[in-house]
Amino acid sequence: MVKIALIGAGKMGLSHLSILGAHPKVEIVGVCDTSKMVVQVLERYSGYKCFSDYLKMADESRPDAVVVAVPTKYHFPMVKELLNRGIHIFTEKPFCLNPEESKELTELAKKVGVVNQVGYHNKFVGTFQEVKRLINAGSIGEITHFQGEAYGPVVVKKKSDTWRSDPSEGGGCLMDYASHVIDLINDIISPIESCKGSILKSIYSKSVDDSVYALVESKSGVSGLISVNWSDETYRKMSTSISIMGTNGKIESDANELKVFFKGDKFPTGYSKGWNVKYVTDLTEEVDFYLRGEEYSAQIDYFIKAVLGEKNNVINTFESAWKTDKSISLIKEQSSK
Amino acid sequence: MERIIFGDNQFFAVNHISDEKSRAQSIKFKDDSAIIKTLDIAIAAGVNTFMCTTHDRIANICEIIRKDPTKYKDFKIYPCMPYAHKYANAVTELGIAGTLKQYVPGNFVGSLLKGGVAYLSKDYISIMELLIDAEMKMFKGINTPVIFLQNVITDLLLGLGMTDFLLGFAKHVREKYNAEPGFITMNLPKLLDTLEKAEFKNPIICTSINKVNFRMSGGKDLYEKTLREGRCRVIAMQVLGGGAIPAGEALEYVSNLPNVESILFGASSRQNIENTVDTIRYHDQKRRTGLTSI
Ligand SMILES: NC(=O)c1ccc[n+]([C@@H]2O[C@H](COP(=O)([O-])OP(=O)(O)OC[C@H]3O[C@@H](n4cnc5c(N)ncnc54)[C@H](O)[C@@H]3O)[C@@H](O)[C@H]2O)c1
Repeated sequence: MVKIALIGAGKMGLSHLSILGAHPKVEIVGVCDTSKMVVQVLERYSGYKCFSDYLKMADESRPDAVVVAVPTKYHFPMVKELLNRGIHIFTEKPFCLNPEESKELTELAKKVGVVNQVGYHNKFVGTFQEVKRLINAGSIGEITHFQGEAYGPVVVKKKSDTWRSDPSEGGGCLMDYASHVIDLINDIISPIESCKGSILKSIYSKSVDDSVYALVESKSGVSGLISVNWSDETYRKMSTSISIMGTNGKIESDANELKVFFKGDKFPTGYSKGWNVKYVTDLTEEVDFYLRGEEYSAQIDYFIKAVLGEKNNVINTFESAWKTDKSISLIKEQSSK
Repeated sequence: MERIIFGDNQFFAVNHISDEKSRAQSIKFKDDSAIIKTLDIAIAAGVNTFMCTTHDRIANICEIIRKDPTKYKDFKIYPCMPYAHKYANAVTELGIAGTLKQYVPGNFVGSLLKGGVAYLSKDYISIMELLIDAEMKMFKGINTPVIFLQNVITDLLLGLGMTDFLLGFAKHVREKYNAEPGFITMNLPKLLDTLEKAEFKNPIICTSINKVNFRMSGGKDLYEKTLREGRCRVIAMQVLGGGAIPAGEALEYVSNLPNVESILFGASSRQNIENTVDTIRYHDQKRRTGLTSI
């Protein structure tokens, strides 16, 4: 059994809590939130021991591991305190507000030697996992260019202010939305280490960007385009996609459907020359408890198994999320040049 | 419940395997008349129950149905609530308390937040009841014999151990709407165990059932075992496994499972609607004659 506590029972936190609650190897020892109403409901109906001060919770409930799902600006101070107490951490994305903070936590987690994971759930999506496998096997030859896109209806009119509309709290399309695509590309191709040009555009928001357009290059020298817009109402929910061009073929994938084109007569088993289409349903392993997409359950299960020592802690480590924070900050800096 | 029930995913661009297909669907069903036309095809094929999300656009469909009582005399709707995206978007913007303030009628939440109402467990159940009433408004005057809780909410509550809300939903639906409560879930075995533990017997559950184990948490074997035990009234959904199985094969499998009372399907074209209905009827017929000849 793993003793787990949660900080931040908001939209993301409640989803994690439900998945944790259904996990046979988890005992929830505490939940912390500053909202009185949230705490009342969880105490009364779920019977969890609740706190408003996370340090008090850490000291009283003595969790083995903590899931951090508070607004992004709190990730750094909270994770730091918890690491110093030797606690395994799963924290939501984006990791920190700047790469300096992410670096500090990455190093600290290594020193303390605890399991560390960040909630970039796309890494647990079957289609994207298959893209990574194809790229690692060199199946489309030398990669020449990529395109990473995400669109969705988060801010579709002028809105009242929340932490998402405050740049100093980790709000904005680049940090909150584009981070998913950037992280995926960093993982599948190689980290984005330079930005040739970028536009961060506000559409409805007063003080943060609602769309991101950037021309970038990866560490391996591949050029790419990032196009992300969270004010696009033509999407019912977030849609993330990547296309990768190679000398022997091309890959186009979103979270549902993978299309691969092979030019010549060399292709991996299970594929053929020309277009191939695979669906996430064929590429996804069933989970023990389903809430809102296999990937959300799978990432939590992976974390629990890592804490139990049944899996190596290699997907979505602090280190990988630090690289993503670095790419994010490059794009941001370039936009103000 | 009728053997075959018509669903609404195709109308609202919900497609589990392709964003392109969902785009095509939202173009096809842009106008309410296209939805009604498709519903009429289903009705002509003998399917008189429509199971749908409490999406804003369903309000328009209800309006059209109310205006033609003769034509829709036998027509039933099974509402599935809530339309989760509406609330999810509101929570992003307003927070949980703000969302409740926006959607719960009256000043109930305001006074609760101010601490004006004493902290009683009943308060939160009453808030849920008010939310149910708000979602049910659009169905006034329409026959809604079964009312469902959507899987995101059922499963969220299930994971959080908040069985009281599941029971509270059932009670309110029975008392106020004189309807049977139903639960949509991706976790049939776990939900059923939980409800039975709370003395809730033989619930109506709509759940993923297909040949390829798609969204069947706990696995197909456990699902088949659960079905054999006949502990609940099941509506099978996602029978095509998200598109992974050819329709004929998928329908043969699900039609022949024991204790599956109804099959929910969605389709946009006349051909697919009629084919699906015919295929299920064919297997049902075959099984029946097979039984009598034994
Ligand atoms: N992986 C994803 O796809 C995804 C999706 C949404 C959000 N997120 C991330 O999850 C995090 C939380 O986002 P959200 O949408 O759930 O936000 P939210 O505003 O819905 O929830 C945040 C919760 O934290 C609580 N909180 C705030 N300050 C606190 C404190 N000091 N101590 C304890 N609790 C506190 C709030 O009361 C609230 O309940 C963010 O980092 C966000 O970027 C990730």
